Amino acid sequence: MALLTVKFDLKKRVKLAQTVWFMYWFAVMAGVLVFSMGLFFKIELRKRSELMDNSESHLVPNLLILMGLLVCAVNALGGKICYDSLDPSKFSRWKSLLGAFLSGCVALNGLLLFTALLCFLTRIPLQFTLAEGLRNAVRFYKDTDTPGRCYMKRTVDLMQMEFRCCGSRDFRDWFEIQWVSNRYLDFSAKEVKDRIGSNVDSQYLMDGVPFSCCNPSSPRPCIQFHMTNNSAHYSYDHYTEELNVWRRGCSEALLSYYGGMMNTIGALVILVTLLEVGVTIGLQYIQSSLASLANPEDPESESEGWLLEKSVSETFTDITAKMNVSSSFEIPALTRVMFKGIFQDV
Amino acid sequence: MCIVPVHTESAEAVRLAQGLWLLSWLAVMCGAFVFSLGVYLKIELLRRAEVMENTEIHVVPNILLLVGLASMGTNWMASRVCQDSMDMSRFPRWKVLLLAWFAVAALLCCLLVAVVVLSYALQGRLEESLKIGLRNGIRFYKDTDVPGRCFQKETIDRLQIEFRCCGNNNYKDWFEVQWVSNRYLDLTSKDVKDRIRSNVDGRFLLDGVPFSCCNPASPRPCLQYQLTDNHAHFNYEYQTEELNLYARGCRQALTDYYMGLMNSTGPGVLSVILIQISVIVSLRYLQTAVEGAMALENPEDESVGYLLEKGLKETFEELKAKVLDMVKLAQVDPTTSEVSPEAQEAEKGDNATKTPSPPPAS
Repeated sequence: MALLTVKFDLKKRVKLAQTVWFMYWFAVMAGVLVFSMGLFFKIELRKRSELMDNSESHLVPNLLILMGLLVCAVNALGGKICYDSLDPSKFSRWKSLLGAFLSGCVALNGLLLFTALLCFLTRIPLQFTLAEGLRNAVRFYKDTDTPGRCYMKRTVDLMQMEFRCCGSRDFRDWFEIQWVSNRYLDFSAKEVKDRIGSNVDSQYLMDGVPFSCCNPSSPRPCIQFHMTNNSAHYSYDHYTEELNVWRRGCSEALLSYYGGMMNTIGALVILVTLLEVGVTIGLQYIQSSLASLANPEDPESESEGWLLEKSVSETFTDITAKMNVSSSFEIPALTRVMFKGIFQDV
Repeated sequence: MCIVPVHTESAEAVRLAQGLWLLSWLAVMCGAFVFSLGVYLKIELLRRAEVMENTEIHVVPNILLLVGLASMGTNWMASRVCQDSMDMSRFPRWKVLLLAWFAVAALLCCLLVAVVVLSYALQGRLEESLKIGLRNGIRFYKDTDVPGRCFQKETIDRLQIEFRCCGNNNYKDWFEVQWVSNRYLDLTSKDVKDRIRSNVDGRFLLDGVPFSCCNPASPRPCLQYQLTDNHAHFNYEYQTEELNLYARGCRQALTDYYMGLMNSTGPGVLSVILIQISVIVSLRYLQTAVEGAMALENPEDESVGYLLEKGLKETFEELKAKVLDMVKLAQVDPTTSEVSPEAQEAEKGDNATKTPSPPPAS
């Protein structure tokens, strides 16, 4: 017994073919959209690859680009098949390919769903990459004379201003490293010698942050240095001061930026998957309705269209039997009985 | 004498009408383009309205908005005229409106030319407006507790960061105003008292700038305070230091930005003018061709389309005579009605002196 049969006459078949043809064109544009989203994400990752230690994984954007191209190609072909389905002479050359094409479409839908899942999960590895990359970025801030790192200062400053964040976890990250280059320190001054002598690594540490941490919304001119010393500034209490510098860490800021982008892209890929499923079902109905013509010579005769030729369990056993025959792979008898038992009542 | 006569057979007239229909829809889209240009320019000007003292420059986007809307309507009407021009029964109702249409379309072209001219001419006014606006912004930078001015600091900071500029003309503008609020000054400390006493107005002036002037491209952490004191910082010479702060003044930066915006829209506006002029010319040809065809007994015969019925000089003379007649009609009319019996007697005697009553306007 076939699954979800629908009766078709010529008018209904033509309408179905036209609708599915339209949907295929939307699906081609959806493929272009997926491709461009993959490209956009790739560019965004490249823009800030310096902050991620150049070790970020480009798997997701590459996969999106590939899927976009595949979806475009497959849907263009599907649209052509739909267009030809109205003309029996043209359709006959596609008849033999149609079965393989439809199973290819089903596989493509599965891949799209997998891509969407990856989009949502990409946040996790990105978190670790960002934490590591930003820690290094903050450490190399002062190395404006080291080849390969001379633009790190500018990159970090611009990032902190754009994303309104300070430091990797928070602004105190700047207290733990030396971010003033030795070229600008007067080693004969007592204050410098004291600071360098006060820690094991002989680093010039201070309780100050770069200017890019400053918050323009603060009512008071920015306090960058001696931040933990209340008496260094008039009417200043660093425990209650909130608006002076950005409170958020850049890890969190960048993660929420990329996370939001990925969530949007993932949602759009799911929508594209739904569209793909729709066109696959439509093409299946077209194929089955044209294959089951009551009178094969007369194109105007009635026919039936279905989703699956047999019920789900029978189709499944057919597929496994085919797999057995084609690959001479022996499924244990127990597994065969198990499959039959599971799908008996479907 | 006709100017550039075009012989039109019926098929050619149809082609002209079809081509003009497409052209007028293109012109409608150009009108939409001009409108959206106006919207964009207006939004950009409004975003920085806080640092502009007057809104004279807003005349450019306002004209663009007006012309965009008007040209969309005008060209849509032209496309309707085209559609009806092939139907002899529907065309006459447009005859009356066409003269007004030509006047409006010519006016739109003139307005677009005016916009291009104005966008260059108003540069000086824009600079003046920015100079005063920025001067006020810098003066009120510290007043974050005064209602109405509490966001000046944030506005100026964000402006300096976004446009990579410092102060009005350059960073030294900050040395001349007190930009640290009295709330954050310890008025008992010696340094503060010295600085306040050092000038007539009792202001706390210092040779320092806010953090938003700092240039991220500088290889050294930003030096904001004691900028003119070479000994205050190690390995520092303020006469040769270039990268520490932004070198440009915000007035120059903003003027360059807005001039760049308006210049880049120049070619677009010029091409819209060209398209509009071609629509006007084509519609004139279509109008005269169809009217000529309507006057003929056999509509399939050739009719001649033209731009002007007579030569340029003759048309000008005719127009001048018409205008003068209308002026004289306005002058003579009240007196003619009063003295009409005597005028009739005088006319019989002397035709040369009195102006005959003008024919009704056609």
